[in-house]
Amino acid sequence: MPSLSVNACGLRLSNPILLAAGILGTTGASLCRAARAGAGGVVTKSVGSLPREGHHGPTIVQVEGGLLNAMGLPNPSYKDFQDEIDKARAGGVPVIASIFGSSASEFAQIARSLKADAFELNLSCPHAEKYGSELGRYPDLVESVTGAVKAASNVPIWVKLTPNTADIIELGLAAQRSGADGVVAINTLKAMAIDIETGYPILGNRFGGLSGPAIKPVAVRCVYELASRLEIPVIGVGGISTWEDAVEMIMAGASAVQVGTALQKGYGVFEEITTGLSRYLERKSMTLEELCGLAGRRGS
Amino acid sequence: MRFSREERLMRPISCVIEEVRSEAPLIRTLRLEKKLDPAPGQYVMVWIRGVDEIPMSFSGPDTITVQSVGEATAALFKLGAGSTIGLRGPLGNGFVLRGKRILLIGGGVGAAPLAFLGEMALEAGIEVASLLGYRSEADLIFRDRFEALGETIITTDDGSLGIHGRAAAGLKELNLYDFDQIYLCGPEMMMWDIISRTREHAEKTQACINRYFKCAAGVCGSCCLDPDGIRVCVEGPVIMADRLLDSEFGRYRRGPTGGKGTCRG
Repeated sequence: MPSLSVNACGLRLSNPILLAAGILGTTGASLCRAARAGAGGVVTKSVGSLPREGHHGPTIVQVEGGLLNAMGLPNPSYKDFQDEIDKARAGGVPVIASIFGSSASEFAQIARSLKADAFELNLSCPHAEKYGSELGRYPDLVESVTGAVKAASNVPIWVKLTPNTADIIELGLAAQRSGADGVVAINTLKAMAIDIETGYPILGNRFGGLSGPAIKPVAVRCVYELASRLEIPVIGVGGISTWEDAVEMIMAGASAVQVGTALQKGYGVFEEITTGLSRYLERKSMTLEELCGLAGRRGS
Repeated sequence: MRFSREERLMRPISCVIEEVRSEAPLIRTLRLEKKLDPAPGQYVMVWIRGVDEIPMSFSGPDTITVQSVGEATAALFKLGAGSTIGLRGPLGNGFVLRGKRILLIGGGVGAAPLAFLGEMALEAGIEVASLLGYRSEADLIFRDRFEALGETIITTDDGSLGIHGRAAAGLKELNLYDFDQIYLCGPEMMMWDIISRTREHAEKTQACINRYFKCAAGVCGSCCLDPDGIRVCVEGPVIMADRLLDSEFGRYRRGPTGGKGTCRG
C-alpha cells in the first residue's frame, strides 16, 4: 500500500486525515478515541482565556446538506485544558490546540501557556461576538494576531480562515506574511434557519455556521485559490465525508484534510477515508505528493 | 404518523402539548400530540422557543415528565395545554428488555422512564419488581403505575413512607440473583451508590445516565465520558453499569463549559 505519511504545515503525520476543531474535541478521551480510530492528528475544541458556557439552545440544527451550529465557543479556559491535551496525546498522534481570543495579546498569552504540538488560530468562528471571524475577516488583524502568536511560541502555527469574506486569498497572504506555517480553510459559512411554524430563528444565537456536504464546493474553491497563491501549505476542511471528497480536496491543493461533520456517522469515517485514499493512490500509481495540487497543474 | 431517522434529526418538529398533569410539587407530565414512537430510556430534545433546548426522557409512549430545575424547565412549566414546543427525537439508544424477571431501581424523577419500561415489560409477559427512592412522601411519582406492575419497595430519605433511607437501603429486601436484568435511573450519586454496592451484577445492569448535552447528534463532544470517550447522547443514555464502574461516573461530570464539576444528588 502507498504511504500516507506526510509533512504538513510543520508536523509529521502518519496520514493526512485529521479531526477538525470543534468536533468531539472537548475531552482528551474523545480526542484519543479519534486518534485510535485512525486520525492522523486531532484538533481540540477552541479554548480561550475565560470559561464560557456558550449559547443557549438549540445549538445545532440539521439542514439540507449539513449541520448548522452556534455552540458559541463553550470552553473551560486554557487554564483548565492542559490535562485534556495531555490525555489526548496518549492517542499517539499530534494534538493541535485550537485557540481563540479577542486580541493579538490574548492569543499570545494562551499560546505561551499551553503545551501542544501545534496551534490552530480560530480567526473564523462566525457566531461569537468579538471573536473568530470578527477579527479574522480583516487581513491586518490576521497578520498581527499570527505574528504575536508566532513570537510567543515555537511550535507550528496554523491559521484557520473564514470563507465569509470577499477575498480569502488576502487573508491567507496576511497569515503567510507574519510567518504562519500553514492555513486551514475553511471554517463554517455564516447561515440561518427559521421555524416556519412560529417565525422563531431556530438557533439560540439566531445565526450559526453551516458545515457538511453543502459547503464542500466552496471549500474546494477556497483551497484551490489559496494553494495557487500561497507558498505555505493549505489544510482543506469543509464537507469532507468520503475518500472521494478527500481526493478532490487534495487535488485542489490541500496537503492534509480535516473531517468534522462526517463524524456524525461515527469514528469509522477515518479508516474509511484513509483506506479509500490508499487504494486510490495504488490504482493510479501515484504518491500523495503527486496528487496534491493536481487540479492547479491541469491549468484552465 | 411515524418519522424516519433523517426526519428525527431534521429541524425541530412543532408539537402541541395536549395535557399537563402535576405529579409532585416540582414535577409535571406533558402529553404530546405527536406520536414519536420512543423506546423507554430514549430522550427528546425539547425546544422552548425563545428560551433554550433541553433533553427530556419519555415517561410513556406520548408523555415526558419534567422536574423544574432551571430557567428552561421553569419556562416549560409556564406553558399550558394547547401551547407548542419544538421536538427533535426520539434520540439515543433506550433500554433493551432481556430475560423473564427484571428489577427496576429508580430515584426521584428518574422513575419516569422505568414506569414506561415496566409497562412494556409486563405486556411482553416479563415479571417486574421495583425499588423506588424518593426524598419524602410528597415527592412520590407514579406509585400506582409501579404497584400495578408487581412488588414495589419504596424508600424515602426522611422516612415519611416505606423504608427510611436512600434507595440502596431497600436492596436488603431483594435478592438480586433472582433477576435476569436490572434497570436503573435516578440522580447520579443515588445510581453510583447502587452500582458500587452491586458490582457483581454490573454486567446485567442497564443504567440510564445524564450528561450535559448540547448537540444531541454525537458531534460536539460535550457529553463524552472519561476514560473511553463514550458519546452519551448517541451511544447512551443507557450504558451497561460495568462500563461505568471505572469511569468518571459518580466521581465528576462536565458542565456547559466542558470543565469538570461535582456530581449532583
